[in-house]
Amino acid sequence: MIDNYSWITVLPEIVLLALSCVIALVDLYVKSPQRTLTYVLTLLTLALVAFMQAGYAVSGLNQYGFSKLIVSDQMGNWLKCFAALAVMVTLVYGRPYAGHREMMRGGELFTLALFGLLGMFLMIGGNNLLVLYMGLELLTLSSYALVALRRDNTLATEAAMKYFVLGAMASGFLLYGMSMMYGATGTLDINEMAQAIASGQIRHQVLVFGLVFVVAGLAFKLGVVPFHMWIPDVYQGAPTAVTLMIGGAPKLAAFAIMIRLLVEGLLPLALDWQQMLAVLAVGSLLVGNLAAIAQTNIKRMLAFSTISQMGFVLLGMMSGVINGNTISSADAYGSAMFYVVTYVLTTLATFGIIMLLSRKGFESEEIADFAGLNQRSPLYAGVMAICMFSLAGIPPMVGFYAKLSVLQALIASGQAIDIGLAVFAVMMSLVGAFYYLRVVKLMYFDAPVQTAAIEASADVRFVLSVNGALVLLLGVMPGGLMALCANALASMMAG
Amino acid sequence: MGLLSLAIWTPVLFGVILLAWGRDDRARAVRWLALIGAVISLLVTVPLYTGFQLGTAEMQFVEHAPWIERFNVSYHLGVDGISVWFVLLTAFINLVVVIAGWEVITRRVNQYMGAFLILSGLMIGVFCALDGLLFYVFFEATLIPMYLIIGIWGGPNKIYAAFKFFLYTLMGSLLLLIALIYLYTQSGGSFDILTWHTLPLGGTTQTLIFFAFLAAFAVKVPMWPVHTWLPDVHVEAPTGGSAVLAAIMLKLGAYGFLRLSMPIAPDAAREWAPLMIGLSLIAVIYVGLVAVVQRDMKKLVAYSSVAHMGFVTLGFFIFSDLGVSGGIVQMIAHGFVSAAMFLCIGVLYDRVHSREIASYGGVVNTMPKFTAFALLFMMANAGLPGTAGFVGEWMVILAAVKANFWIGMGAATALILGAGYTLWMFKRVYLGPVANDDVKALQDINAREFLMLALLAIAVLAMGVYPKPFTDVMDSSVAELLRHVALSKLN
Repeated sequence: MIDNYSWITVLPEIVLLALSCVIALVDLYVKSPQRTLTYVLTLLTLALVAFMQAGYAVSGLNQYGFSKLIVSDQMGNWLKCFAALAVMVTLVYGRPYAGHREMMRGGELFTLALFGLLGMFLMIGGNNLLVLYMGLELLTLSSYALVALRRDNTLATEAAMKYFVLGAMASGFLLYGMSMMYGATGTLDINEMAQAIASGQIRHQVLVFGLVFVVAGLAFKLGVVPFHMWIPDVYQGAPTAVTLMIGGAPKLAAFAIMIRLLVEGLLPLALDWQQMLAVLAVGSLLVGNLAAIAQTNIKRMLAFSTISQMGFVLLGMMSGVINGNTISSADAYGSAMFYVVTYVLTTLATFGIIMLLSRKGFESEEIADFAGLNQRSPLYAGVMAICMFSLAGIPPMVGFYAKLSVLQALIASGQAIDIGLAVFAVMMSLVGAFYYLRVVKLMYFDAPVQTAAIEASADVRFVLSVNGALVLLLGVMPGGLMALCANALASMMAG
Repeated sequence: MGLLSLAIWTPVLFGVILLAWGRDDRARAVRWLALIGAVISLLVTVPLYTGFQLGTAEMQFVEHAPWIERFNVSYHLGVDGISVWFVLLTAFINLVVVIAGWEVITRRVNQYMGAFLILSGLMIGVFCALDGLLFYVFFEATLIPMYLIIGIWGGPNKIYAAFKFFLYTLMGSLLLLIALIYLYTQSGGSFDILTWHTLPLGGTTQTLIFFAFLAAFAVKVPMWPVHTWLPDVHVEAPTGGSAVLAAIMLKLGAYGFLRLSMPIAPDAAREWAPLMIGLSLIAVIYVGLVAVVQRDMKKLVAYSSVAHMGFVTLGFFIFSDLGVSGGIVQMIAHGFVSAAMFLCIGVLYDRVHSREIASYGGVVNTMPKFTAFALLFMMANAGLPGTAGFVGEWMVILAAVKANFWIGMGAATALILGAGYTLWMFKRVYLGPVANDDVKALQDINAREFLMLALLAIAVLAMGVYPKPFTDVMDSSVAELLRHVALSKLN
């Protein structure tokens, strides 16, 4: 049944879609090589959409639309708002970089980013297996094209091929798992599926069989061990602006789809998927941290770092249901959401600095390129150092509170195995501290190798400074964002 | 804004201003601003002593505001007789260090001064925090400026030292974090340290918590056998970094025993006291012997620091008034003396660029004023009566003898060892004929160096001659702590 409320739930998506089409058309008439008009229109669109979503979130809207195909709840609206902002920041950092690398012969960078965001919105707001899948495909198809945008570059095209093949396989996994779920429960609706499973009428084996494929598909998209192989290659091969487009905002959407499928849809199977997530988390923490030490390419290092950070997110996800009791699960999922949001914030600034150090004809991709950055620019070295300390989880950066809340969720379960996992996780973050500190060491202790002046336009400088300051300030005052995540999840679990 | 907040945030604010505004082409202004910041930071801590109420073990100058409501974390500050002197000590050492780095540091002066000012604010925060998470945040955050100080302005092997410092201490404190979160869940969602003090805990739990705390604090103190990072780090750190490290940072660990380990897990603390006393005695005797054979002056003082901190932990785990007070007095005294020792080495290093004892000899002939200061500090380090070094060691030995003659005997040997390595070093570096051309060319200390050493000399003598202001302040708090530790928390 389509009523007025249905239109409200998808209004931001409609605005986004309409304006994306307008921008695609307008861009045909833009002659400037910098595509300033397209750029400004895109940013305005993103700002408008983010603003609308923030308004929805603040108003506490909790509404299903189109016969429950779509849901607009607090968690989803905040995540959409953050995703729009993240794409916006990505484009601010990425435009000068892309401009130097012949990626802006047309306006595809902008329109594909907008369509990718639309896909994320569907992933975040979907309440139906097919809608979720459609959103995921819209996002990944835009991403494949974005990775291949630099079509004359062999590394980029190779990365695009790898990404496409592995991504298609992952989508296949997910779709297969979804079809098993549909076959077992007879519905595509997330809530009905949960009710059907909770009734206990359905054979457990069939469900677990489907669940394995769903979790594997999600693990592929999230990039956790053992489904992580594409992450380092794609991060390294893709142009840095696109790497950020893949490694930034989509993590928010991946988190949301995990919540929609596993928590909202398959919570009665929590005992099963929590065990799977635990194994994935342990593997990711181990492989991600150890492999990152050996890297000399900073994008590759950050790729392995992502793998380990996602391991932490999974730890938060797997500590929700304790002995069949969901009383503290909102806390646990809230901690995972806080982790993802702060991780994206930090990643944006990190890649922003990498793009800033790249020039026309020079990719600043080796870790060694950071040598002596403090002498070249104390501001940018400071921002990068804040990000590295944050990723390492050193207070007072925001990354510490992310780790804290996940560890708290683990320890609150009171089970010996979970406390053991917490000890394992902190020991792994000690290993992680080493490679993050190595970047700080290069920036502060070593003499510069590169001496070229760092050029940055006013918008990049401004956004980057704000971004770095936020990583620090949210660490000094983390309460607001933490409460926001906890409340969003609490209202979702209640409704 | 309360006095404690002022004490914490004044130096941090000045540090941030220095980082943001300073450049090397206005180094002169940067130095003066840093000095002004350090002086103001010291001045704002003075009312903490003058306004301190004696005769009560209650927390004073308390500030309480919600901070992270999601985890029920509050910005809860307060000092008692145990911690108040460390706030003043930190601000004082910070001022001395700013003076010490005045013209020695020529590269990136603003970052150097800024790092020290911020570090001093963070360390004061550790001493004032009454909330577990706030404590941890300050405790960990101190690693960042120290890491940068060692790595940027350190010696030839600075990178190894900076990493060793950071990772070694981080390893310990991560277990502390787990213990803090565990206490949070056990206490039904509170990070308040004073609440934890009265929280009943089972025997095994207490033991686990005690050892998790031990992992963090033993590394920081450092206790034998996890002391190995300290000599490496001291050797490579710049003079100011060594001074702050020895004078204040080591005390963060010892303070942690008093504020967290002993009151939160009293049964475990009593149960494992023999272990702690054993480790302390090994530090005092064995590390004292190691100090004797060092050829590098900074390494010698570093090992001597480990031995002196052994006295501190020894005093704590005897669980007597005299022992704990002696340990705290020793912490303060060691703060003055070790800072002075490292600054003396710095004075020589700035001129000759060598820390080897063998590179010197007969310094007294060319630097008589400096040698007089050095002699005073050496004597204090050896524990000569009338200097700060004597009071605490004497109290601890007395308490040890009361508890068990052989423990006292072992601790007392350390005095002989301390006198041995300190005086032998003094003889080789300062006395005798002029050893080489480097020493011949030495200029005696200038007015700036005179000022910084004189400040420390006054403190060392004052504390040695009249320790009453120090012990008076801590009496009630120590008595209350011991009364609390004597009660079992087993449920």
